[in-house]
Amino acid sequence: MVEAGAWWTLLAAPALLLGFAVLAVTADAALTARDAGRPVTVSAAMRPLLAVPRALVAQPRRMPAPDRMLWRAGVVSVPVAAVLSTLVIPFGNVAVADLSVGVVWFNAMEVMTWAGLWLAGWGPNAAFSLVGGYRFLAQGLAYELPLMFALISTATGAQSLRVGDIAAAQYGLWYAVWMPVAFVVYLAGVLAFSFLGPFAYPVGQDIAGGVLSETSGVDRLMLQAGRWLWLAAGAAMAVPLFLGGGAGPALPAWAWSLIKTLLVLAALVAAVRRLPVIRADRYVEFAWVVLIPLTILQALVPALVNVNR
Amino acid sequence: MGTTAAVLLWTLGVLALACGVLVFTLNSMARVTFALLASLVCVGGVVTVLGLPYLGVVIVLMMAMEMVIMAVFMIAYMMNPAGLTPMSMLHNKRGALAISGVVFAALTSAVFVVPWPDRPRLRSKDTTVQVGMSLMGDQMLTMVTLGFVLLATMVGATVLATNRGRYDRFGDDLDQRPARDPAGGGVGR
Repeated sequence: MVEAGAWWTLLAAPALLLGFAVLAVTADAALTARDAGRPVTVSAAMRPLLAVPRALVAQPRRMPAPDRMLWRAGVVSVPVAAVLSTLVIPFGNVAVADLSVGVVWFNAMEVMTWAGLWLAGWGPNAAFSLVGGYRFLAQGLAYELPLMFALISTATGAQSLRVGDIAAAQYGLWYAVWMPVAFVVYLAGVLAFSFLGPFAYPVGQDIAGGVLSETSGVDRLMLQAGRWLWLAAGAAMAVPLFLGGGAGPALPAWAWSLIKTLLVLAALVAAVRRLPVIRADRYVEFAWVVLIPLTILQALVPALVNVNR
Repeated sequence: MGTTAAVLLWTLGVLALACGVLVFTLNSMARVTFALLASLVCVGGVVTVLGLPYLGVVIVLMMAMEMVIMAVFMIAYMMNPAGLTPMSMLHNKRGALAISGVVFAALTSAVFVVPWPDRPRLRSKDTTVQVGMSLMGDQMLTMVTLGFVLLATMVGATVLATNRGRYDRFGDDLDQRPARDPAGGGVGR
């Protein structure tokens, strides 16, 4: 049973999330080094982290007539929302706050990225940046509803919106096993709200980096960190939603949470590297014509199972 | 209600009002939209503090999506979206004043007309279930009807708004494959 953590979990949860995000970044760098034929060393894996001090001392880029307040608000809200989303994610048997509406909370924080990224695109008063912001909205209209139905499937299965209850309801059989469509759609949603890999369309190279194109220094660091923090948060949330939370033989609950989160994160990093960027106009049609009907049917399955129970 | 909750309630309420005032005083469409979002997020907080966490968080969720989409349309249709030259956000002032006056009076009178319980009753632990039962229990028919009406409205509005029909897509004999669409989709219809 999941219980609310002591006050220090409020600090430990963001630190843990940051740790997962850094691990994902370094794994990505190590794989890049391997693919490029360079030796896979610790320094090669750590290389992207050098961007952190570089960003901190970088001279800010000035634009003519930016909306500085909205720009700043948008840039900050992406990583902040990612951190806030972890409040409801249990690690082992402890969550910072096991809210009675945890699933909705996670979803609400994730939707905050919509506002954040659009603002980050709008703020600098630059065309490519704005195109990037709009691209994220187009992508959002595609990924959000299937993602919501995937979340609803798990909540319907457990008859609770509390993340701890959902993890506990999977005693014996993971939701990933009997709700595979919801699981896959959820993982795609994670990639989409972290705008990485196949969903890196808002920061596409064809628009000179899109939302990221005009950011520099700490702003850029915030957005980039937000992407990987969201990837880590999504991986962590997949464990209680679909993989039984901290349940497992022999090892303590926190160890199982750690192992499962790392495995999901590894799968996501592999997907980020292997899949090509997909244009939003193509994905919108696929999402609305194929994914939404599939996920509605998926949500029907636990509903029928619960009616019969 | 404890002291913390009361303080939180008042703070969020005042913030919601302040952001609401900003909606009418700022002169950039983007800033106005997000002032409205900030106001509605505070309202979501107020609802949560009042003991309806589900409705509160859903307000935040839905309003974030809706305001961002609204920003796109407002900016598409309004001149001077970025507020580079000062622009008033007030239109139809007399009508708006009348409507908002009536709505305010109605809501305020409702506060006094509603028969509030005399003493605080034992609050149910799961208000989400209560909300669900009161919406979906006795009012299931209303909700189902509303759902269909909303869906029909959306489909109808889209059909009326688009100037392309199936003959534009598939040709006069409806035998043209793939369809002639301005943007290619991902399914290849």
